[in-house]
Order: sequence, then structure tokens, then C-alpha cells
Amino acid sequence: MANFYNDNPDLKFHLQHPLMKRIIDLRENNDYSDKDKYDYAPKDFEDALDNYDKTMEICGEVCADVIAPNAEGNDLEGHSIENDHLKYNKYASADYEALRKAGVWGITMPRKYDGLNMSNVPYMMVGEMVSRADGGFCNFWGLQDCAETILEFASEEIKQEYLPKVAKGATLSMVLTEPDAGSDLQSVQLKATFDEESGMWLLNGVKRFITNGDADIQLVLARSVEGTTDGRGLSLFVYDKDKNCEVVRRVENKLGIHGSPTCEMVYKNAPAKLVGEEKLGLIKYVMSLMYGARLGVGGQSVGIAESAYREAYKYAQEREQFKQPIIKFPAVYQLLGNMNAKIKGMRSLLYETARFVDMSKLLTAKKNEGTLPKELRNDLKYFVKMADAFTPLLKLFSSEWCNSVCYDALQIHGGSGYMKDFPIERMVRDARITTIYEGTSQLQVVAAIKGVTTGIFAERMAEYDKMLEGADNLAE
Amino acid sequence: MKKGFKIIVLAKQVPDTHNVGKDAMKEDGTMNRAALPAIINPEDLNALEQALRIKDQYPETQITVLTMGLPKAVEVLKEGLYRGVDKGILLTDRKLGGSDTLATSYAIAQAIKTVGDYDMVLCGRQAIDGDTAQVGPQAAEKLGIPQITYAEEIQEITESSITVKRRLESGVEVVKAPFPVLVTVHGSAAACRTRNAKFYMKNKNDESNIITWGAADINVEDEKVGKAGSPTTVKKIDAVVLQAKESKKLTSSDQDVDTLIKDLLSNHILG
Repeated sequence: MANFYNDNPDLKFHLQHPLMKRIIDLRENNDYSDKDKYDYAPKDFEDALDNYDKTMEICGEVCADVIAPNAEGNDLEGHSIENDHLKYNKYASADYEALRKAGVWGITMPRKYDGLNMSNVPYMMVGEMVSRADGGFCNFWGLQDCAETILEFASEEIKQEYLPKVAKGATLSMVLTEPDAGSDLQSVQLKATFDEESGMWLLNGVKRFITNGDADIQLVLARSVEGTTDGRGLSLFVYDKDKNCEVVRRVENKLGIHGSPTCEMVYKNAPAKLVGEEKLGLIKYVMSLMYGARLGVGGQSVGIAESAYREAYKYAQEREQFKQPIIKFPAVYQLLGNMNAKIKGMRSLLYETARFVDMSKLLTAKKNEGTLPKELRNDLKYFVKMADAFTPLLKLFSSEWCNSVCYDALQIHGGSGYMKDFPIERMVRDARITTIYEGTSQLQVVAAIKGVTTGIFAERMAEYDKMLEGADNLAE
Repeated sequence: MKKGFKIIVLAKQVPDTHNVGKDAMKEDGTMNRAALPAIINPEDLNALEQALRIKDQYPETQITVLTMGLPKAVEVLKEGLYRGVDKGILLTDRKLGGSDTLATSYAIAQAIKTVGDYDMVLCGRQAIDGDTAQVGPQAAEKLGIPQITYAEEIQEITESSITVKRRLESGVEVVKAPFPVLVTVHGSAAACRTRNAKFYMKNKNDESNIITWGAADINVEDEKVGKAGSPTTVKKIDAVVLQAKESKKLTSSDQDVDTLIKDLLSNHILG
């Protein structure tokens, strides 16, 4: 039985990183007291780590046995519109159902909302494995970031209403982009007006390029302050598909990630609830959401690159030219060696960033609760700083390297790789979006430059040097 | 309409004969069980999936997995619990050791009678270690209930009956039977789902949903189980090495193809 977790020792290595003890302890409130309330809560760190490990194993099996075999069909069939709504193809539906039955939806949600209460590291790890199986379908998984935003900023009433649905497998979408508001989200025009009678906000307008637009739970960025033109007039709303006041006008015909439907959405008097406070939609909530999404694209990039590398490696062993497998030729094994090194680098960056984000979020939550001990204040500052600096760095490098790995993987396939007969052409197409969405590479440079000029990266590099000194001592 | 059904799934722990290494056979030609990893019999997993699908549709369904074997066969029950089963019964006793299909089906039928209240018994068509396909049908006979073999899909369930598509050599057949019924499930049925993360976390350290029964608990007559109750004896085991003894050269001409088809038909390889 194939398993994308068990066949990749890197993943177990990152799951057992020393910082995971601290992350899991914090996640379990240091006392593992959830065990008295929930029959599936761990009793100590070892128990929790075993849960993480086995959950990854379950996901690895679903990815290898269900999602990967469906990837070609998902790509070829794409998705369609039926009666103004999105209709998923049978492959994506089966993938989704397999993950739902595996009980891993809501992986990062607290147990209070029926989640598994796991950290960002395993969440990203599943993202990587799903992307390795199908670079398009992985967006269904990654859009759980929206649940994180609800958890972090919405009222308890909204959390109670929506988060248990996520744990049952409800799909999510972040509805931000408009025809004239892409990277420049300050120009969003979709209108939100408060309806005194129903006590709900009514959404009216058009959204474009919305991944899985017609999801069960939709987070919509809208202009709630009339007469404003910039980001300060925008608020974030949660809209329930059950209201049936949205129409999918078009499913985009794209270069890649056909397994992930990209929709043009029209909202007509669609009743929605305000997330958090008015006017903080873009400047606070969406910024946080985007940071989560960028981490997710990091996972997607590593996963697609891993699958492309494995295809190239297999092909180079099987393909014979001049009476020997082409992997014997230095020009080919050098390409493979470089690809492998890039993937290991990307993956280390991915899980390092995920750990920083975990620590940053956990300590921030403690601070907001007023339970952050004095001695951890510096840690909070440190991890917030690192998470902010490493997220754009990860998004930039992993997406660019994902494309370069896919490019080289196709090169190793030669002319055959250019044909539709091998999966590598799909991976090349799927990879292309990663440098564009959730903030282009150029925008990541803008976001990451602060880390260079203020010496954050230099500080971390010096810390790595110190760790290596320690490793030398160990070796002696 | 009922909100749930009572289902017993029969599952067997078997050596993984699909992953045979060089130590798989002892010098005397018998199976070296220690060298083969223990797994759930694959077609029993197909049966388990059918039961879980009924539970998906009728959430109040109660599924019990019953296994007979060594104490370590409890792993089979755990795997069931990790996928959504409600209870596991381990039937283990030295007295039951060495049972052939007749004795095994008797013990299984006695265990099912001890459970008492059930609508259906689901099990794999056959186990990969013996390949007899006898235990399911024999248990149904001993219980005096209808049986449907080679099931591929449960098409309909009503309050009192089940409609099943059977996968046969020459096609498919749809049959209906009243409850209680025993169904043996074919490997072409839907593959079993993976473990569920939450069910794993809940059940890994919890033995409260597992019951262990010995021969005395199921009221068996000693002479009908174990070696005493097993008329089957293995007389001799030969290691058969298949090899081609003769070959025929054929061209792609219509006449040669026609001759080949006729030969295959007359040898009953085709048709």
C-alpha cells in the first residue's frame, strides 16, 4: 500500500523537530487538560506526537491511494456550472470525501469546535502531500485558512455556527479579488449595506478569480463604508451558501490547476455576517488570511516539486539512450541532484516557517488572553518577527524553485515530457500559478526586503551557524 | 424506516501472502507465519466498507467486528474501531486452535448466536491464507439464515430486506433476501476507507469496546471445535513450480488466430 508520508523520511524528521515539543505543549495549554473533556484528546506530549504521526500516515494513505490516481481525471475534466452553482467533477468529489471520512478536516481547529487541535506544521504537511498527489485539488485543503481567520477574529456566535461545520468537512473560500482589484485590494467595490430589518449585511457585486468560489462557507471582502475609496472602508463578511443568493457566472479556463475551480461570482442581496469589527477587513483580517495562504502556497510548491522530481527520477532510470539508462549521464544526474537539493531546502524553509507561525500565533493568543508570562515576552517578539520575515521568503523561494524543478523535470523527460502522455506536463502547468497567486513573487520581494535591511535574516543565519557548531561538537 | 441496523462483520487476521519473501515457506512446505506480516484479510475489509456505508446512511447502525484467532488478532478489532466500528469481539481459546472450516464456522455461528440480535452478517468471500470461501456459507447454514455470496454492492436496504449485486464469472446478478442474512463480499466491491484520525485517537488506548470470549462463553461442544472437530487433514504438501513445457508458434494470420481461439475454448481456458 503506497503512502506519501511513510515514503518520505523528511516529513517525519520535521515532525520530530525539537521545537514541536514546545508547540504541542502550548497547543495543549501545557497541562493536556482537554483529556478530561474530550475522549480523543492526548494525555501527554508523546501521546500527542503519536496522534500527529498517525494522522499524517492516514493522510499519506489517502493521498497515495485516492487523490494521486484521480489527479489526471481531475485535470482533464475540470469543473462545471449547473443551475448557477458549481458542480465538482467525480474525481474531486471522491478526493474530498476520502479526506472527510479520514476525519482530518478542521485539523487546526480547537476541540471545542470539533477539530483535531493540531498545529500548522501537520496542516502544511498534509498540504504538501495533497499537492504531491494533485497540485490542483490541494486548494480545497488549503482554503481551511479561512477557518483560521474565523477562529482568530469572528465573534463566538459565528465560531459556534461555522467552525463545527468545517470539522464535518464544509468547504471554504476567500472571496477577495475583483475585476479591478487584484494585487491592489484597496480598490474592492463589492458593496455591503446593513439591513436593519434582518440585522444582516447584504452583499451586492461581482468577484473574480475566486478559488472554489461557491464553497459552503465564503469569506467576502466588501466595502461597508459608503463614499470611501481605500482599504479603510473595507470589512470582512461570512456568507453561507445555504442562503442561495450567489450565482457562479463563469468557471475560468486556466493553464493549470484544473482540479481547483476558479469562479466569477455574483452576489445579489446576499445576507452575510460581519467578521470582527467593521473597517478592519483588509488592513487586519485579510492581511492575516493572506499570510496563512502564503504559507499554504509554500506547502503546495514543495508538494508539486516533489511529485515532479519523483517523475523525473523514475523516468531517468527507465529511459535508455546509447544503451544505458539516462540517469547514468552526468548532465542528467546533476539536474536531478540539484532538484533534490532545492526540494530539501524548500521543505526546510516551509517547516521552519510553519514552526515560527505556530509559535507566533500561540504566544499571541496567550498575550490576548492575558496569560503570557513575563519571561515569554521576548519569545513572542522574536517569533512574530521571524514568522513575518520568513513567510514572504518561503512564498518567494518555494514557488520560484517549484517552477524551476518542474522545468528541469520536464527537460529530463525530453520530447515525451512535452506530450500529454506523462503526468509531468500537468505538474509544469500546475506549478505556474504558485508564483502568481496569494501575492506575486514581486510582492513577496517587497514584503521580505524588510527582513534583509533590518538584519532579521542575518540574525537567524548566525543562529544556524551556532547550531552547526554544536553539531560539529556532537560529531566529535 | 429504521434509523439503523445491527451488523456483524467477520474479519480474519491472515499472513500477507501478497508480500511473500524468501522465508515465506518452511522446509516442510508449510507456511512460515512468523516471516509474513499479519494483515486483515483483504476481502473482509471490503465487507467492512459495506457495513460502514450503511452506517453513513443510517447513523444509528451498530457495527460489531467478530474475529477468531490468536490474542494478537485484537489488532483486527482495533483497525475496525479506527474506521468507525462500535464494538469488537475477539474469540480466542486454545480449544479452538487447529479448527478447519467446518469447526471454525461452527464456532463463529455459536458466537453470532451469543451476540443474538442482528440484521446482517457481512464477511469477505474468502481468506487469502486458505482460499476456501467456505466459512461464510457454512456459518449461514448453521445459523439457518439466507446467504448471498460474491456481493459487489449493496443496492438497497429496506426495514426487512437487502438487495445485492453479485459479481459472477459470467456477469452480474441482482438478488434480494430478507433479514437476517449473511453476505460474503467480493474483492471487486468498494475498497475500505482509511482509518479516521479521531477514531484512532479515541480508541488507541481504550479497550472498553473490545470483548474477549473463550470457548465457554459461546457454548460450544468441545468435540466440534479445534482438531477434534475438524475432519480436514493435510495429507501432503508439494511445492509446485509452474513452467512452460511446450510452445506453439503462431503467426498473425486469421487462420492461426482462429485455431488458437478454438484450442482455448476446447481446453476451457476461454468461455
